[in-house]
Amino acid sequence: MARIVLNNIAHRYASSATAAGAADSYALKPLSHVWEDGGAYALLGPSGCGKTTLLNIISGLITPSQGQLLFDDTDVSHLPTEQRNIAQVFQFPVLYDTMTVAENLAFPLRNRRGSNKLGNADIKKRVDDALVMLGLEHLAHKKARSLTADDKQKISLGRGLVRTDVNAILFDEPLTVIDPHLKWQLRTRLKQIHREFGHTMIYVTHDQTEALTFADKVVVMLAGEVIQTGTPEELFRHPQHTFVGKFIGSPGMNILSCELAGDEAIVEGCRFALPTRYPALSGNIELGIRPEFIRLVDTGKGAPVIVTAIDDVGHHRIVRALLGRQLLDIVVAEGVAIPANPGVVFETGSIGIYQNARLVSASFAEKTT
Amino acid sequence: MKSWNNKAWFLVLPVLLLVAFSAIIPLMTVVNYSVQDSFGSNEFYWVGLEWFQEVLSSERFHNALMRNLLFSAIILLIEIPLGIAVALAMPRRGWGVSVCLVLMALPLLIPWNVVGTIWQVFARVDIGLLGYSLTQLGFDYNYTQDTLDAWITLIVMDVWHWTSLVVLLSYSGLVSIPPAYYQAARIDGASRWAVFRYIQLPKMRRVLVIAVLLRFMDSFMIYTEPFVVTGGGPGNATTFLSIDLVQMAIGQFDLGPAAAMSLIYFLIILLVSWVFYTVMTQQDADAESGRGHS
Amino acid sequence: MLELINVSKRVGHQQHIQDINLQLQPGSLNVLLGATLSGKTTLMRLMAGLETPSAGEIRFNGANVRGIPVQKRDVAMVYQQFINYPSLSVFENIASPLRVAGLDKATIHHRVHKAAELLRLTDYLHRLPADLSGGQQQRTALARALVKQAKLVLLDEPLANLDYKLREELRRELPVIFARTGAILVYASTEPSEALLLGGNTATLHEGRLTQFGPAIEVFQRPVDVHTARIFSDPPLNTVAVHKHGNELVCADFVMRLAADAAHLPDAAYTLAVRPWHVRIDSETGLPDVALINAHVEVTEITGSESYVHVRLGGQGPDVPRWVALVQGVRDLPADSSLTLAVSAAQIYLFDAEGKRCLAPAGDTGDSGLGNSD
Repeated sequence: MARIVLNNIAHRYASSATAAGAADSYALKPLSHVWEDGGAYALLGPSGCGKTTLLNIISGLITPSQGQLLFDDTDVSHLPTEQRNIAQVFQFPVLYDTMTVAENLAFPLRNRRGSNKLGNADIKKRVDDALVMLGLEHLAHKKARSLTADDKQKISLGRGLVRTDVNAILFDEPLTVIDPHLKWQLRTRLKQIHREFGHTMIYVTHDQTEALTFADKVVVMLAGEVIQTGTPEELFRHPQHTFVGKFIGSPGMNILSCELAGDEAIVEGCRFALPTRYPALSGNIELGIRPEFIRLVDTGKGAPVIVTAIDDVGHHRIVRALLGRQLLDIVVAEGVAIPANPGVVFETGSIGIYQNARLVSASFAEKTT
Repeated sequence: MKSWNNKAWFLVLPVLLLVAFSAIIPLMTVVNYSVQDSFGSNEFYWVGLEWFQEVLSSERFHNALMRNLLFSAIILLIEIPLGIAVALAMPRRGWGVSVCLVLMALPLLIPWNVVGTIWQVFARVDIGLLGYSLTQLGFDYNYTQDTLDAWITLIVMDVWHWTSLVVLLSYSGLVSIPPAYYQAARIDGASRWAVFRYIQLPKMRRVLVIAVLLRFMDSFMIYTEPFVVTGGGPGNATTFLSIDLVQMAIGQFDLGPAAAMSLIYFLIILLVSWVFYTVMTQQDADAESGRGHS
Repeated sequence: MLELINVSKRVGHQQHIQDINLQLQPGSLNVLLGATLSGKTTLMRLMAGLETPSAGEIRFNGANVRGIPVQKRDVAMVYQQFINYPSLSVFENIASPLRVAGLDKATIHHRVHKAAELLRLTDYLHRLPADLSGGQQQRTALARALVKQAKLVLLDEPLANLDYKLREELRRELPVIFARTGAILVYASTEPSEALLLGGNTATLHEGRLTQFGPAIEVFQRPVDVHTARIFSDPPLNTVAVHKHGNELVCADFVMRLAADAAHLPDAAYTLAVRPWHVRIDSETGLPDVALINAHVEVTEITGSESYVHVRLGGQGPDVPRWVALVQGVRDLPADSSLTLAVSAAQIYLFDAEGKRCLAPAGDTGDSGLGNSD
């Protein structure tokens, strides 16, 4: 296990090299980041944001066009994949079809040569341990390809777990082909294994639920750039960018264009109290409020809205409403009545003000007024 | 399961008629000949399985059969590994792919008798580039007189002609392997051999079944090339079943034994192909029976 | 109207679809919900006419469609994989069913542009599918299905290969776009939340059988049996085997006093089920009808606003029931710490030995949850 350091890493694909120098030709823009030893990280972003490129740079499947990669204090930038001692689970299960489950797990150990070579007894012990860890003891002697998708993914993971000295386990959207209720099982199993053995884990996904539930720290990426890193709670409470606000949460944050007037924001002619005074700001000013922090109140109170749809998703309802010309999502808990012709009230402490998509920090706002 | 559609029958009818005229009716004629003897042109009488007994116990048949089996075995042992090796060495992307594919397809486009003629001339010791060069280099090479030379010439010719079929089939199997498999293997520290043994070979198995079947059947039925190049000689050294059969039927006009022999020939090919197919697809069936419908 | 009457499909020894009866109305949105291999795709292929039922009848507007080839059935289908003609532009891709139908140029132009506008493809009409993002490729496939104005539109997990956020967006737009055409829309999905968000009707499939069909929220709140409840739960439904004695439910881990309206149920073995958001971890002692259950934390998952607390009831071992509690706020509980769960008798489901529902929480429907309301 190791601490992984990215030192000004960037990557451009060969085909886009013609536009050399142009910042937008980067698949991954210059980036420095430290993955602490034993951390559970998620790399979250839409497809094409560079998250898989970053993952493959760490595992060595891609050589970055610039920058340095350290595992603890060793520079591994130019080491081939097999010498980096990394495990990786791919989107679709990768198995050696002709082998049994146990042989699949033993495979990375049997490939060792020289001083690292293990005896058969050692290999068997580690394979047995991994089988227990994954709850696959009963399948040990089955041919791998006769298994279900979720068991196959467990085996892909197991090939990393048998190597007790693995530096990090990387996941590239590993739950894509798994049914919803099995996703829960696999995810909690993963989390338990992380708790118990403390591997450094990096998990790439476009699914915010997976990212938030898996990781201690989530790295949100957009267009080859990291736009925010934080705990699930930080990303939920204080998105630094409107993209993070919208991308995280289901439904995502409401982003409303507004005007500022001291400690109030004016949206569609309605005034909403702000947690602090803001100076006059130029550019595109928006107000961000999560659907969870909007309350529906009786007619005549709050800002009037027109309800266009109500989606009941089981444990809560999502009310879609129009505030002037702008759409609002509002989460209403089970058992709470939805008034006819309601008004809305925003929870003051949960409002964020964004200037050109970036959060204007409250402390900055206070200082300048 | 397909739904039965009446119109579909009209569409397959021409093919059925064609098969009936081209295969079933001639085959029945052969069966008919094989159990009768003929005097002159149109007098036949029933002899039962006599011709079959005669053919099966004749040394001439045994020798030809052995030559066929040996030839097919050598062809498979050379062409399959060589084909896989060439396929592995071919580029997977870039302009090299189309160049290689065209080069590989070239020999397959040449008609059999032309291939025979090319090699017949190419290997001649007096005017052929190959034969003449070998002789000049001090090799005692002459495929018209030496049995071994004749065999080597035929084998080299067949390898030159048909290995590219195996290459193309193997290549199609190789390119269908998702890149994640290679990446996983690198992460697992697999050696080049392990990648071949546990990823490439299993993923190529289905196409290799086809390659082995095709190459076995073709090589076992080989006729045109040895007929053109060696004419079955020197002596009977390259007289394969097919050549023997033609000699018997057309040269000597022994229709009865020839018919019996061609049926036996046909059954051998069917049997061996079936054995190959069953053995090579057995593993598939084992694995599939363990899982539900998918 | 599309009617399936006692439809079964077997292939070899495998029963893929068993005795399904279903009636789908024009203009309706119908979600087929079930796990992988539960028969969703087979059922769609039967509806499309790509397969013939081994038994039973499929009727379209009253007429048996057996033997009518797919081409003549007025069906459009969209798959999970993005399937377009790679050598045709987006415009030509969308126009292809109209060209086959032999429509005139002006009509084709008009209809393609209208569909492209609805699916926001107008700027990409001249491009080739390979130059589009996944979302745009799938929108092209959807536009082709839309433009055909088919009476029956089959969507087989159309959003499964798309990004999460893109999925949210299209999920909201699709029902609206197709509702205008008056077609019967059938949508296969493995995700309960998708069925709820799409609205319309939901048909739950379990091992080739149709377990329930009705408005999504009704099926969700009042599943007829334990299979339906399990299929329609995300996170998974919490269950435990219990025994009823008088007005109490008894199991190894707790005793629960039943509400008065459940007292008439016969004393027998039942499966108790409770939704994750009805399991509380801040014990409310002293309330009647609230059972307190000892449990141990296995893992907690935090989404920022909510926490999923995974627990095992009672002791150790692989067979003890594993539950999930969905609680508000960030609650990071250490693994193996013990806690007390609170479950109200008013919020439980009971399923009998055959799996049939005997009790449900009183939902918005106002029904007491007793007897066979279905």
